[in-house]
Amino acid sequence: MSKFKKKKGGEIPAVNTASLPDIVFMLLFFFMVATVMRQNTLMIENNLPFADQVEKLDKKDLVMYIYAGKPSANYKQFGNQARIQLNDKFADVKEIASFINAERASKREELVPFLTTALKVDSNANMGLIGDIKQELRKVNALKINYTTKKGSVLGNN
Amino acid sequence: MAKRAAPEVNAGSMADIAFLLLIFFLVTTTIETDSGINRKLPPMEEQTDPPVIKKKNIFTVLLNGKDELLVEDEIMELKDLRLAARSFLDNGGDGSCDFCKGARDKESSDNPTKAIISLANNRETTYKTYIAVQNELVAAYNELRNERAMALYNKTFAEMEANYNDVNWPGSKDALKKKIEQIKLDYPQKLSEVQE
Repeated sequence: MSKFKKKKGGEIPAVNTASLPDIVFMLLFFFMVATVMRQNTLMIENNLPFADQVEKLDKKDLVMYIYAGKPSANYKQFGNQARIQLNDKFADVKEIASFINAERASKREELVPFLTTALKVDSNANMGLIGDIKQELRKVNALKINYTTKKGSVLGNN
Repeated sequence: MAKRAAPEVNAGSMADIAFLLLIFFLVTTTIETDSGINRKLPPMEEQTDPPVIKKKNIFTVLLNGKDELLVEDEIMELKDLRLAARSFLDNGGDGSCDFCKGARDKESSDNPTKAIISLANNRETTYKTYIAVQNELVAAYNELRNERAMALYNKTFAEMEANYNDVNWPGSKDALKKKIEQIKLDYPQKLSEVQE
């Protein structure tokens, strides 16, 4: 009799998932664009220190990276003192000069004066090593350096 | 023969494929840090006679192997360093600096152009502390430059540099460069480093 008959079953309709692929693709594209593939496999611990007076390194191709830090867990046989890593292997302080020269040779000549050396050093490394690196850099006249740091307060993370 | 409609491709598994790719990129992504504190090393040259500098124009910062800070022969906490460096640089002791807002203490620096900060560290100092100290000293310079720029051109120094590096900035770059140079002349960054 009643006009308002209950619908049959009264089940909740399934959620429409047709737009799920779109959402996932959107995320996918974001990560594809944001991803920078690492050039070097790090063999050291590289926990960068914090600083807030940072400047951005804008020209990525004009940067030479020198890594330093304690050998990570897989490379314990290299000792537990901070070491330098150039490209994909551990290096001695004396090898920095040849590394810089090789990097310079691979760039166009007019760009060489603009090359910057980025020091990516673990926060627990000691300054003796950094001092040696800086001395070597001075010898080959690579004077522009950048201490790569994370952005954050100095005081809060000490 | 009757034309048969092409059967529709089942796109139900597209989401799965996209998820797979998404997870791959999620895992491999390392957002690289590409910012830091820029410094310039002094060039290698033959030892010439060092210029005579008055002791009061030098602000000595000493970092020992246990990461303790000694500033002007007094133990100091890291959080106080920025202010101490600022008041040293902005002192203007001999009155030749008309824009300095410092205490004009006769025992401290004469002029920002003469004031030198000397940072000495030990081989055993950790890098983290060294960067923290560098950061505080650079911050002292940056604050002073910002204030000077604000007073002269009603813009902070950081803003001016950002504009200078911005390709799309509409103003005159030459004029801006002159202004930046002027600020740098007023507060030159004179930071010398030694390692023991």
